Amino acid sequence: MAGSGTGAPVGVLALQGDFREHIRVLASLGAEAVPVRRAEDVKAVSGLVIPGGESSVMDKLSRAFGVAEPLQEAIAEGMPVYGTCAGLIMLSDRIVDGIAGQQSLGGLDISVRRNAFGPQTESFEVDLDVPKLGAVPMHAVFIRAPVVDTVGERASAMSTLDDGRVVAVEQGNLLGTSFHPEITNDYRFHEYFLERVRHVGYHS
Amino acid sequence: MDVMSTSPTSGEFGSSRVKRGLAEMLKGGVIMDVVTAEQARIAEDAGAVAVMALERVPADIRSQGGVARMSDPDLIDQIIATVSIPVMAKARIGHFVEAQVLQTLGVDYVDESEVLSPADYVNHIDKWKFTVPFVCGATNLGEALRRINEGAAMIRSKGEAGTGDVSEATKHIRKIKSEIAALSAMSKDELYVAAKELQAPYDLVAEVAERGALPVVLFTAGGVATPADAAMMMQLGADGVFVGSGIFKSGNPAARAAAVVKATTFYDDPSVIAEVSRGLGEAMVGINVADVPAPHRLAERGW
Repeated sequence: MAGSGTGAPVGVLALQGDFREHIRVLASLGAEAVPVRRAEDVKAVSGLVIPGGESSVMDKLSRAFGVAEPLQEAIAEGMPVYGTCAGLIMLSDRIVDGIAGQQSLGGLDISVRRNAFGPQTESFEVDLDVPKLGAVPMHAVFIRAPVVDTVGERASAMSTLDDGRVVAVEQGNLLGTSFHPEITNDYRFHEYFLERVRHVGYHS
Repeated sequence: MDVMSTSPTSGEFGSSRVKRGLAEMLKGGVIMDVVTAEQARIAEDAGAVAVMALERVPADIRSQGGVARMSDPDLIDQIIATVSIPVMAKARIGHFVEAQVLQTLGVDYVDESEVLSPADYVNHIDKWKFTVPFVCGATNLGEALRRINEGAAMIRSKGEAGTGDVSEATKHIRKIKSEIAALSAMSKDELYVAAKELQAPYDLVAEVAERGALPVVLFTAGGVATPADAAMMMQLGADGVFVGSGIFKSGNPAARAAAVVKATTFYDDPSVIAEVSRGLGEAMVGINVADVPAPHRLAERGW
């Protein structure tokens, strides 16, 4: 399986944010997970998780240390990537309410609104239906979370809040959630991502 | 306000997981003190993960003296309106009404801070009552656990704010980490006495012993002035760094802020730290903690 000796390990973008939680989750699912901070790290991984954190900081650091461009190339080549919260923002083609000059890696044909719920006192946890990942609802934690404002033709919604706002999307080998499965005990999105990693066999 | 920016009607707000979770997302980042909206913009542009809005940085509080209080709500509003990263603000120790005001203003985190003049020399704020999360300072593990027991969702080691002297920050993060390591090495029957000696609840002591870490994120604060200072705190096991006076009391705040951010991410790579440390201009002049008479040491506020 991916990262267990036969293929390349799975990377977690480790510039800022809760990357250690993702590494722990991936390891608990049997994958070898390694931090990615530099261009050469990108060449050694079969897939990538972009963690929660501050998207404007990840954007700046990924460009300053030359990791953004190889990541964009890997995304274009089909490397599986899963982004949570800030990671979803990094994967979106269009950002609403970014800071001046903020860029994203892109890949998901969506526009994402940063910090869509307001200040931290509006952060919340709720049970969500994610039909593709089973009948049991997923307990989802939203922390100053983004939402997907518009889903383009190439992307598809995987889950919505009661009011219809989209909070999980996929497109080919790319996956993004507004919320943070890595700080709960429900790792179905990580398992779904790892299945994709094994199926694609990028860098193996 | 249009429907796209309102919160959902269902869901649980202000849970421990949500409060502690925001601190988890700040890890590996730098939180910068700012006293104007313009400074907040500079901090955000430089890659700050959050800003701390206050009227005077600790170095000025220290030199000007007098009672230091919560900032003017106008200033906090301006800073919230200027940046999109999280905004923190300080309330006095025990001043639960200042905290209520800050929550109403929509700050993302309240710092119950020894940098301001304490409002209550007996009780800290009962932080469980709030929806907004709190960060509190600590000089040792027992103090950290007492704050967590009161509802703190994030801890920062105190250091000695407003000095630019990192030695107290070093002392406090080392102390907390070594006390955690000592707990982890104890057998269960020793933890009861450990809890008594730490003056902390047994359940929290047992949890720390089991995890080998605090149940909340641990940042470092108080005296960090250079990229190397920040990287040292990270190597000593901090989850992230607060920089107070060190940025905007220096010669070139924008460049220094960006350099501290990079050094915090690449804290274990001396070649990066060397590179980002070049040509930053003057660091804050600072004062040696040893020259600060004990009654004026901020870290001794809180208990």
